[in-house]
Amino acid sequence: MLFHTMEQTIKSGIYKLLEKVGDQVNFFFSFVRHLLRKGFEWNEFIRQCFIIGYKSFPLIAVTGFILGFVLTLQSLPTLKDFGATSYVPGMVSVSVVREIGPVIIALISAGKIASSIGAELGSMKVTEQISAMEVSSADPLQYLVVTRILACTFMIPLLTLMADAISLLGGFVGSNLDNKVSLHLYFNKAFNALAFSDLFPGVIKTIFFGFAIGFIGCYHGYHSNRGTESVGHAANSAVVSASLWIIILDGIAVQLTNIFAYN
Amino acid sequence: MQDELTIETKQATEAATNDNNVVIELEHLQKSFEENKVLKDINLTLCKGENLVVLGRSGQGKSVTIQCIVGLIDYDEGSLKVFGKEIKDLSEDELKEIRLKLGFLFQSGALYDSMTVRENLAFPLTRVMKMKDEDKINQEVEDVLDAVGLKDAIDKMPGDLSGGMRKRIGLARTLILKPAIMLYDEPTTGLDPITSKEISQLIMDLRKKYQTSSIIITHDMTCAKITGDRILVLQDGKFIAEGSYEDLEKSQDENVNSFFK
Repeated sequence: MLFHTMEQTIKSGIYKLLEKVGDQVNFFFSFVRHLLRKGFEWNEFIRQCFIIGYKSFPLIAVTGFILGFVLTLQSLPTLKDFGATSYVPGMVSVSVVREIGPVIIALISAGKIASSIGAELGSMKVTEQISAMEVSSADPLQYLVVTRILACTFMIPLLTLMADAISLLGGFVGSNLDNKVSLHLYFNKAFNALAFSDLFPGVIKTIFFGFAIGFIGCYHGYHSNRGTESVGHAANSAVVSASLWIIILDGIAVQLTNIFAYN
Repeated sequence: MQDELTIETKQATEAATNDNNVVIELEHLQKSFEENKVLKDINLTLCKGENLVVLGRSGQGKSVTIQCIVGLIDYDEGSLKVFGKEIKDLSEDELKEIRLKLGFLFQSGALYDSMTVRENLAFPLTRVMKMKDEDKINQEVEDVLDAVGLKDAIDKMPGDLSGGMRKRIGLARTLILKPAIMLYDEPTTGLDPITSKEISQLIMDLRKKYQTSSIIITHDMTCAKITGDRILVLQDGKFIAEGSYEDLEKSQDENVNSFFK
C-alpha cells in the first residue's frame, strides 16, 4: 500500500515535471518565432531597458561596492600574515570579475527583476489585459515577452560590468581602512592581474544569466492562473527558478571556461 | 425610444430568418475543464444586426461560450463558425484576421494599467492597424471617446477611473477597430443601477452608430430588457429557453421564471 502510494506520487511528480519542461520548451520556441517576426517593439524594448537597467542600478551599485569592500576586509588579515597584502587588488579583481560579480549580481537581479516581471505579467493575466491584447489581434508575446527577455539579456551584462568596476572601488576603500594605498596604484595592480580570458567568460555567462532571468520571469507571469494568489505565486516561482538556473548555468560555464579559456 | 427598439427588434427577427445573415453559428458545442463539463450542448446562431442576450446564473458557462467564440479557449467537441469559418481549423494568422472583426468587452474593462486612456486606445491602432500618422490616431481616439461620452478622460490613467468609466473606455478601445460583432462579457456587473442602465443604453446607441451584431452575456435583467432582441437562457451547459424578453417573462418554466421575479 505504502509502496503503491509512493510509486503514484513519484509518477505524478515526474509527469508534472515533464509537463513543465515541455511548456517551457514550447514557450522558448514561441519566443524565437515572435522574435523573428516583423515589427519589433523598439519603444517598449527601450522602456524595459530603462526599467531593468537604470532603475536597478542603485541596488546593483551598493551590492557591488559592499562585495569588493567585504572581500578585501575578509582577506586582508590572512594575506597580511603571509606579507602578501600587495596581492589584494589583484585577488579582488580576478575573483570579482571571474565569478563573484556575475553570480551575485545575477542572483540579486533575479530577486528584483524576475519577480517584478513575474508579478507584472501575472497581474496582467489575472486582470485579462493579456487576453484583451490577444482578442484585439495585437501580439502580447511580441510586445510583452520578447522585449522583456531581450532587455534582460542586454542589460544584465552591462549592470554586471558596472558592478565589477564599483566593487573594485569598494576594495580600494577597504584597503585604505588599514594602510594607505593610492587610487592609481590600487587600480594599476587590479588591472594588471586581469587578463582577457578572465573578463570574456565572465561577460558571456552574464548574457545567459540575463536571458534566464527574463525568460523565467516572463514564463511564470505569462502562465499564471486566475486569481490574485497566483500573482504572488508567479513572482515567487520566478525568483526561485531563476536563481536555480543561474547556479546551474554557472556550473556549466565554469566547466566550459576551464576547458576552453584556461587550458 | 420604445418604438425605435421595436423596429430594431423586428429587423433583427427578419434577419434571423435569413441564413445568409448568420455571422456566428454554434452547433453541439462542448467544453470540459478536467472532470467538470461546463458546456454540454450549446447551439446558437447570431444574425447580422441582431442583439442576442445570453442569460444565466454564475458558473453556467456564459463567459466560456464567448471565450470559445473569440478563440481564447479551445472547445472539445462540436462546431463553432464565425463568418462561416470553423474557428478550430484556422491558422494563427487567419484567427487574427477573424478577431479583427470581433470586439470583446471584458468584465473588468481590461484596460492596460501602465498606459493612459489615450495610449490604451491608440494601442490597437498602432499595433494592429499599423497606423503611424499621430494626428489621425488622435482624431480616431477623440472620436471614439466622444461616442462613449468620455472625451475629458483622455489623459487619465486607468487607476483614476470609476468602474463605469473603465467599462466605457474598454468599450471605446474595442470599437476603435470598428468590429462587425461585439461580444459583451457581463457589461453591467458591479455597477450601480443608474450606471448600469446608462451602459445598456450605450450598447444600443453604439449598435446603431457602428452597425454591430452583439452577444451580451449578463444576469442583469434590466440590461437584458434594454439590449436584447432575442434572449437565450443557459443552465447546466445547455440553453433551456429562447425568446424575446416579453415571451420569457410569461414562461411557466420555474428556472426561466426565477430571473423575472
